[in-house]
Amino acid sequence: MNFDFSEEQNLLREQARRFLAENAEGKARGIIEGDALFDRDLWRGMADLGWMGTVIPEEYGGIGLSHEDLCVIAEEIGRSIAPTPFSSSVYLATEALLLAASDEQKEDFLPRIASGDTIGCFAHNEGTRKPEPGSIATIYTDGKLTGEKKPVADGDVADFAVVLAKTPDGEPVLTLALLDNVASETLETIDPSRSHARLRFDGTPAALIGNIGNGWTLSERLLDRAAILFAFEQLGGAHRCLDMAVDYAKERYAFGRPIGSFQAIKHKLADVFIATELARSHAYYGAWTLTTDAPDLPVAAAAARVAASRAYYLAASENIQTHGGMGFTWELDCHLYYRRAKLLNLALGGERRWKHKLVSRLENRNVAA
Amino acid sequence: MDFEDTPEEVEFRAEVRDFLDANAERKAPGASFAIPYGGDGLVTAAKEWQAKKAAAGFSGITQPKEYGGRGGTVIEQVIYNQEESDYVTPIGIYEIGLGMCIPTMLAYATEEQKQRFAPPAFRGEEIWCQLFSEPQAGSDLANLRLRSERDGDDWILNGQKIWTSGAHFSDFGVIVTRSDPEQAKHKGLTYFFIDMKSPGIECRRIHQISGTSNFNEVFFTDVRVPDSQRLGAVGDGWRVSLTTLMNERLAIGERPPPGYEEAMALAKQIELENGPAIEDGGVRDKIADWYVNARGVTLARYRSMTALSRGQDPGPENSIGKALTGKMRQDIAAFGMDLMDQSGVISDPELATMRGMFQDALLAGPGGRIAGGSDEILRNIIAERVLGLPPDIRVDKGIPFNELAKKERG
Ligand SMILES: Cc1cc2nc3c(=O)[nH]c(=O)nc-3n(C[C@H](O)[C@H](O)[C@H](O)COP(=O)(O)OP(=O)(O)OC[C@H]3O[C@@H](n4cnc5c(N)ncnc54)[C@H](O)[C@@H]3O)c2cc1C
Repeated sequence: MNFDFSEEQNLLREQARRFLAENAEGKARGIIEGDALFDRDLWRGMADLGWMGTVIPEEYGGIGLSHEDLCVIAEEIGRSIAPTPFSSSVYLATEALLLAASDEQKEDFLPRIASGDTIGCFAHNEGTRKPEPGSIATIYTDGKLTGEKKPVADGDVADFAVVLAKTPDGEPVLTLALLDNVASETLETIDPSRSHARLRFDGTPAALIGNIGNGWTLSERLLDRAAILFAFEQLGGAHRCLDMAVDYAKERYAFGRPIGSFQAIKHKLADVFIATELARSHAYYGAWTLTTDAPDLPVAAAAARVAASRAYYLAASENIQTHGGMGFTWELDCHLYYRRAKLLNLALGGERRWKHKLVSRLENRNVAA
Repeated sequence: MDFEDTPEEVEFRAEVRDFLDANAERKAPGASFAIPYGGDGLVTAAKEWQAKKAAAGFSGITQPKEYGGRGGTVIEQVIYNQEESDYVTPIGIYEIGLGMCIPTMLAYATEEQKQRFAPPAFRGEEIWCQLFSEPQAGSDLANLRLRSERDGDDWILNGQKIWTSGAHFSDFGVIVTRSDPEQAKHKGLTYFFIDMKSPGIECRRIHQISGTSNFNEVFFTDVRVPDSQRLGAVGDGWRVSLTTLMNERLAIGERPPPGYEEAMALAKQIELENGPAIEDGGVRDKIADWYVNARGVTLARYRSMTALSRGQDPGPENSIGKALTGKMRQDIAAFGMDLMDQSGVISDPELATMRGMFQDALLAGPGGRIAGGSDEILRNIIAERVLGLPPDIRVDKGIPFNELAKKERG
């Protein structure tokens, strides 16, 4: 057993951290306060480092590294709250193509994704609905999509979308549609540093990914794989919040002593540390299941997702609390992490939903054992 | 990263399984029933089990062969613990002795003493206990008073220890004493190992809230201890104590039930207003949390094992486990009983659901949050040593112990 990243992966981490410290600092705030939907310069820089092609095989223009390497990058992106469509294009669209696309589709899209020239997204939500195949309302028929998806992360910046739909007979399908002529409307959300949109498909040409009928299963597999990558982003963000809170608790004085010497603050931050260590341990195990496609992946993914969601929300909210009134100001970055924490908790479905999946999978595992 | 066993580990795991299959009963799937902690029959059962383990080479797996260990790796210890946790075996007797006392002996005793004491301990023939806590010294261990005074080649011990687990069936013990009360608190302490049958030692069992009597008050009246049984220098007892306390147990799979598995097994049996409890959102929410905690602690331990096996400092991961699991067991017990409604009050193992496991854990559970570093002390440690937050304000710093003691008596 060897349960840690390798030397090379740690070098990759250092390189990523340095790049993001130089290029992502303050960028999320810039997006929230400005008009752009994401930071194009930062996106270019990430593309120059080859990050979008991390797990894309060399034959399709990527670097062909492992998912563990991508996890390392994801953690650093999470730490820096970089305002780019990386998660949509890389953890979701790319993974969907790698999972089930035809060779032609891969040849067509993967090289352009790897270079950063094309951005993909995953359109699965249709508002608040029962999480089951029966509630999909977007219809796929005769190679065309009709329906409305919302919210779609990066739906307003992506060039194409992987869309969950169903046939008129109710068979779930995963499809791929170019978004050039699709009406998109940017939605007002809790965290505008990660843009979300409403997409209206109106007879939009689309191609199948995978087969008719397996769309839901594919989508669940995709969500599991992405959950592990998202968990690393969440972990990075949670850790950054803990660092911010600890730094402030050492400097800020009240009643003649640093607030970090009060046990109420100490124990709170110790609990945040415990939550991040649990999240880290689950995320690492998830990374291994993802890289090796281990049979335990569905359980590991759900557990990593729950642990990371818990840790990030706790860390972000207690970071504000530790900062007192300052933490409630627009000027400090605490709220940017708080927003991102809740946003990421809801991406791919909320914590409750993942807990439900986790317990179902544990039940099945016990039956199988 | 690699979670697969190496070929040598595959072989070792198979060897362990063969041993366990031949010598112990496998836990029924979905419901593990531990032998209740603290019962007196447990000592006999534990001695027999320990002897078998040692004969097969599974005692002191990471300890040197010349002292009766296996001379194996940390990973082998992990593998052994993983496998043993699937079987019903008597636990709770040797953890302190083999996990804390003997490693301290191996670090500080003479060669001759190591040869004499370590092998019988690993074979389970001689049981060791840890005599640290006193009525005025628990979390604040350095506040201890039990006096040691030099008398020729011997030391004379007078005073009292308390909460000493297993003192009543132990053969030897490690003890930290105050040899010089004029020094500040953490100085002037001296550490020994003692024969529990020495004249002047009196053990009184303490009745615990769980109904059992596993820990003791131990009184010392003019107990004579040869200077050759001193571990570390005179006045250096604090440092030796830290060696004992830092020898964290590699105790994976020793988490006493009920855990999330038992909570799930229970939730499948219980019918609520809207169907089986396992379908209830509130129940699933808690089971998911408990799984994430329990599995997360195990995975965090694997991370420290990896660090250890690379010769790195394992870091604080072990304290996060202890900081979570005591409270979790207590919560699972209370929640399980709540699912049983008023029938949850019944603790008779013949009548209670799942043989009274939840009721037992409710009453034994609080101890797990106090023993070996309370939940609060562990959070102080994480905050100060891991996160680097400033220490608490100390009113006892630098003051000679005898003046402090006067103050506390008021
Ligand atoms: C089941 C069991 C087995 C044990 N076995 C042994 C044994 O074999 N050998 C042995 O030597 N001892 C043993 N102990 C003793 C154990 O180590 C002490 O009980 C423990 O260290 C707490 O000390 P105390 O009981 O004096 O409580 P106190 O130290 O008085 O603590 C009381 C409360 O105050 C809190 N508190 C104390 N200081 C602080 C602080 N600085 N910050 C915040 N909160 C604080 C504690 O967390 C606790 O909640 C055992 C205890 C139990 C329950």
